Amino acid sequence: MVIGFKDTVKLFGIAIIACCAVFVCTLFLSYNIDLAAIKDEITTEAGMVMYHAQVLMGKVVAGVSGGCLIATSVVMLLFYVKNYIGTHGKELGILKALGYSDIRIAKHFWIFGLSVFFGCIVGYITGYLYLPTFYQKQAPNSQALIPELKVQFHPLLTFALIGAPTIAFIAISVWFAYLKLKSPVLDLLREKQNLKVRIGRDGKEDTPFLKDLRGLTLRSRKSLVFFVAFSAFCFSAMVQMSFSMTELASETFAAMVLSIGLILAFVTLFLSLSSVVRGNTKTIAMMRVFGYDDATCSRYILGAYRPFSYLGFAIGTVYQYGLLKLMVSVVFADVGNVPEYSFDFEALMITLIMFVLVYELVMYLYSRGIKRLSVKSIMLE
Amino acid sequence: MIEAKGIRKTYGSGESRTEVLKGIDLQIADGDFTVIFGASGSGKSTLLNCLSGLERVDGGSIEYDGMNITEFSDKTLTRFRKDNIGFIFQQYYLLPDMTVEKNVRMGADLAENADYREIIKAVGLDDKMKKYPSELSGGEQQRVSVARALAKKPKVLFLDEPTGALDEKTGRQVLDYICKLHKAYGFTVIMVTHNANIAEIADTVIRMNSGNIAEITVNTAQKTAYEIGW
Repeated sequence: MVIGFKDTVKLFGIAIIACCAVFVCTLFLSYNIDLAAIKDEITTEAGMVMYHAQVLMGKVVAGVSGGCLIATSVVMLLFYVKNYIGTHGKELGILKALGYSDIRIAKHFWIFGLSVFFGCIVGYITGYLYLPTFYQKQAPNSQALIPELKVQFHPLLTFALIGAPTIAFIAISVWFAYLKLKSPVLDLLREKQNLKVRIGRDGKEDTPFLKDLRGLTLRSRKSLVFFVAFSAFCFSAMVQMSFSMTELASETFAAMVLSIGLILAFVTLFLSLSSVVRGNTKTIAMMRVFGYDDATCSRYILGAYRPFSYLGFAIGTVYQYGLLKLMVSVVFADVGNVPEYSFDFEALMITLIMFVLVYELVMYLYSRGIKRLSVKSIMLE
Repeated sequence: MIEAKGIRKTYGSGESRTEVLKGIDLQIADGDFTVIFGASGSGKSTLLNCLSGLERVDGGSIEYDGMNITEFSDKTLTRFRKDNIGFIFQQYYLLPDMTVEKNVRMGADLAENADYREIIKAVGLDDKMKKYPSELSGGEQQRVSVARALAKKPKVLFLDEPTGALDEKTGRQVLDYICKLHKAYGFTVIMVTHNANIAEIADTVIRMNSGNIAEITVNTAQKTAYEIGW
């Protein structure tokens, strides 16, 4: 079969994101379950308020962070399966032509679920090992109000955080591959893509080639536009949130938010920019053969995504402000000692400067990658 | 005038090291129609890639009117290709999501050529300007790539097996367009082929064998694309 274990290695991005999601969920869901077990031991009213606040916080964090990360993983998985079928159309088309049914071929895509399995395992184990420290870090907030918590093993939680996502991702991989494999055999053999975006027949014949190329690059791969914007969104929201978290929650919490935000931002940015370069190698090669310089190739292909990354950054800023404001003024309204939250302009400026430096550095590295593309090797493909 | 002196090119290293070009010397006059032909593996495509600046040589020099392009930086070489060189490949390499007109603009915009539609007309595709490559036959696609290459007003046009993927009828048609345009515009043509018959349309014929030039002949009785054998 054309799909092998090596193909799952390329899904390391999904594995990393799944790992982060399960890590966060392991911490907060275990904490919530263990907290619920000692609910009857809480005797004071202040203790109960603290208890409810902690439970709510666990639910919000696990739901928002875990849910958001899992949703990203699903989108990335669908994107990867679609790309895989697009780039391996000939092999898959031959199998279909030989008489293999769509579902028989699609079943082999189960292997893509393995990446999630590995990510979940690592996330769960590291989360579980970190639990004692995490419980201690949570304790200062609730000391004397809530009895001391002990780390317990919850088999159902283990299944929910490892088994369930793995099964779900395997099912999604097979189902989506099945849908995509329904294309006619000849379309797969010719690697014909159902491109809905085409340039030139709309009567705007005076548009310069490079401007058209920029538009085509963006419109033909909308999912990549989303990923680039999303990576900027994650960077902006999580980094700024981590500044506020130091004050609102704890340094540990801030470090966790920052690490997850950076991992998510970098993984999605690298994966999307790699796809941009990979998807445009032949165009870039032809442009270089004709005499378009590397800077022009980068500017019109990679640079097309820049406005969307800054838009993602702006949305991330608004999102993190809205979320924290909501948590402080609505969710934790009844809890005492929660500091007042207002927009942190200093954090915004620091994050923006960091973002500009990091984003432009990554763009520069990919521009160098374009320069290294061998025209001859692309032509021989 | 293109003058190559002692061009050497090697691929691989150690036991897999293969010397593809073993010290090539040649001169090609401005406006000449040169055909390089030889068997598969003789080094003809590598020679074409080296002469056009697509590949770096390991030794020797390639001079265009006294300018040694082997000493150019990547940036200078790109600018040199932009100002002087046109390419046509066997596999066309058109942009599938752009119309004929937009594909030709890829070359035309480099030379700020606003009259690119004239070239499209010259290759007989004026009624197909709004078509996408997938809506064209192989011969028509190759004619688009001819128009794209010529729209940038190259001084030298390099062709790598331009009829290799075409049937006889469309192959002859494409060659005929190239010959006519060569006469009309006066650019230099350097074409690689494995078909000895095609060499009969050229002014100069270079026969390659195992990385060396076996023979250079001047053709005094060129045939048209419809007169040669296939």
